[in-house]
Amino acid sequence: MKPFAAIIARDVRLALRSGGDWLTLVLFFVMVGIVVPFAIGPDRELLARLSPGIVWIAAFLSSLLGLDRLFRADHEDGTLLLLRAADLPMSLVVLAKVIAHWLLTALPLIAATPLLAVMLAMDMATFLKAVLSLLVGTPALVALGAVGAAVTVTIRRGGLIAPVLILPLAIPVLIFGVGAISTGPGPDQSGTALLLLAAISLIVAALSPLAAALAINSSED
Amino acid sequence: MSIESAPGENWWTRIAHPGQFVAWSRRLVLPLSIATVLLFALGLWFAFFNSPPDYQMGDTVRIMYVHVPTAWLSQFVYGVMAVSAIGTLVWRHPMADVSMKAAAPLGATFTALALYTGALWGRPTWGTFWEWDGRMTSTLVLLLIYLGIIALWRAFDDQLRAARIVAIFTLVGAVNIPIIKFSVDWWATLHQPASVFRLDGPTMPPSILTPLFIMVFAFTFLFLVLHLIGMHTEVRRRRVASLERRLAQKGAA
Repeated sequence: MKPFAAIIARDVRLALRSGGDWLTLVLFFVMVGIVVPFAIGPDRELLARLSPGIVWIAAFLSSLLGLDRLFRADHEDGTLLLLRAADLPMSLVVLAKVIAHWLLTALPLIAATPLLAVMLAMDMATFLKAVLSLLVGTPALVALGAVGAAVTVTIRRGGLIAPVLILPLAIPVLIFGVGAISTGPGPDQSGTALLLLAAISLIVAALSPLAAALAINSSED
Repeated sequence: MSIESAPGENWWTRIAHPGQFVAWSRRLVLPLSIATVLLFALGLWFAFFNSPPDYQMGDTVRIMYVHVPTAWLSQFVYGVMAVSAIGTLVWRHPMADVSMKAAAPLGATFTALALYTGALWGRPTWGTFWEWDGRMTSTLVLLLIYLGIIALWRAFDDQLRAARIVAIFTLVGAVNIPIIKFSVDWWATLHQPASVFRLDGPTMPPSILTPLFIMVFAFTFLFLVLHLIGMHTEVRRRRVASLERRLAQKGAA
């Protein structure tokens, strides 16, 4: 458990001390939310209805944007090679890095959601549901992203390929993430959607470190 | 000793050795091509002249004879890729790499054709080219996965290293296949549920089922021929690349 926690602590410390990359990501997240009203007009009713989708799209794009940061630096300075020689299996190393990445990229976004809620004219109930849905759903995004980042870690221009690979696989997260906030007309099924979202998150978080570790091990040969 | 005449001890090495694989499978291309042409001739004749128009859809039902085979292949090709991916990861089988790479563009093409013919068929019967229905959406996702895999292959300089990475991603993307299969049962929106392979027998009359089956076989044979030729091309492309590398090393030394 100790090396596992050490990797998380190391990644968080590195990110916090080496400038505000994670703050830039929050800025991007908020900006997407700000730009949308310019595109569709400042109609408060329309914005309120679209807000679940807008919040999720903003989170989706921000998490894709940060993907490349997951393994690239460690690959380039050789840390990944050293981690392969560690006692900790690679899949647990990946899981630790996924948790650190979630703390650094997803948690700040969720903390910034109130800002978007005000600008997109969300009511209180929708806002709380949005926070809950992001909390439950973003681990799946980050874990899926780890597979994309691991697969492209040795490609020099991999930053562009990883989002293209991961985007189609992440569609269910988007569907149930938005569904957990509002299901549109008809009976309210947001509770069911939230449970399904939690199931996806748990399955993806459990399995994707294995696939990502396999990819890292075979690309560092 | 040239690469073609290297000794092959059993069928496994004969499959695994690229040169030997090309040597024995090249003989299959001509008979398979002839079978494909014959099946297409028979199937198209049935489809256009010897099958009745549907009592509701009229002649547009004939689109099915292209739509169903391409849709079937869009998933079958992914199955071929997934099995090859296991071959790459478990046995490091060199021909599995080649098979995986040659199948990806074919699968993408068949998926695009299935979506295209589906749109053409949907317009007169459902009144829309596109609807965000479960099966259409999941097939579109399949197309995106195919395109992602092709992009991933092209991003690597070293194709030997690429194979294992692409294989891992192919297996991750395979979760979409059961979703496509069961999409019509989970979200009963617009696309009809399974109508050929059912426990209580197909829901179509034999007059429509016969040409459908012939066309499915014709398209499957077409895929086999194209896949074999694609694999041969890939083997030669790799040999050219390695010869060029050797030549460059000699020039540098």
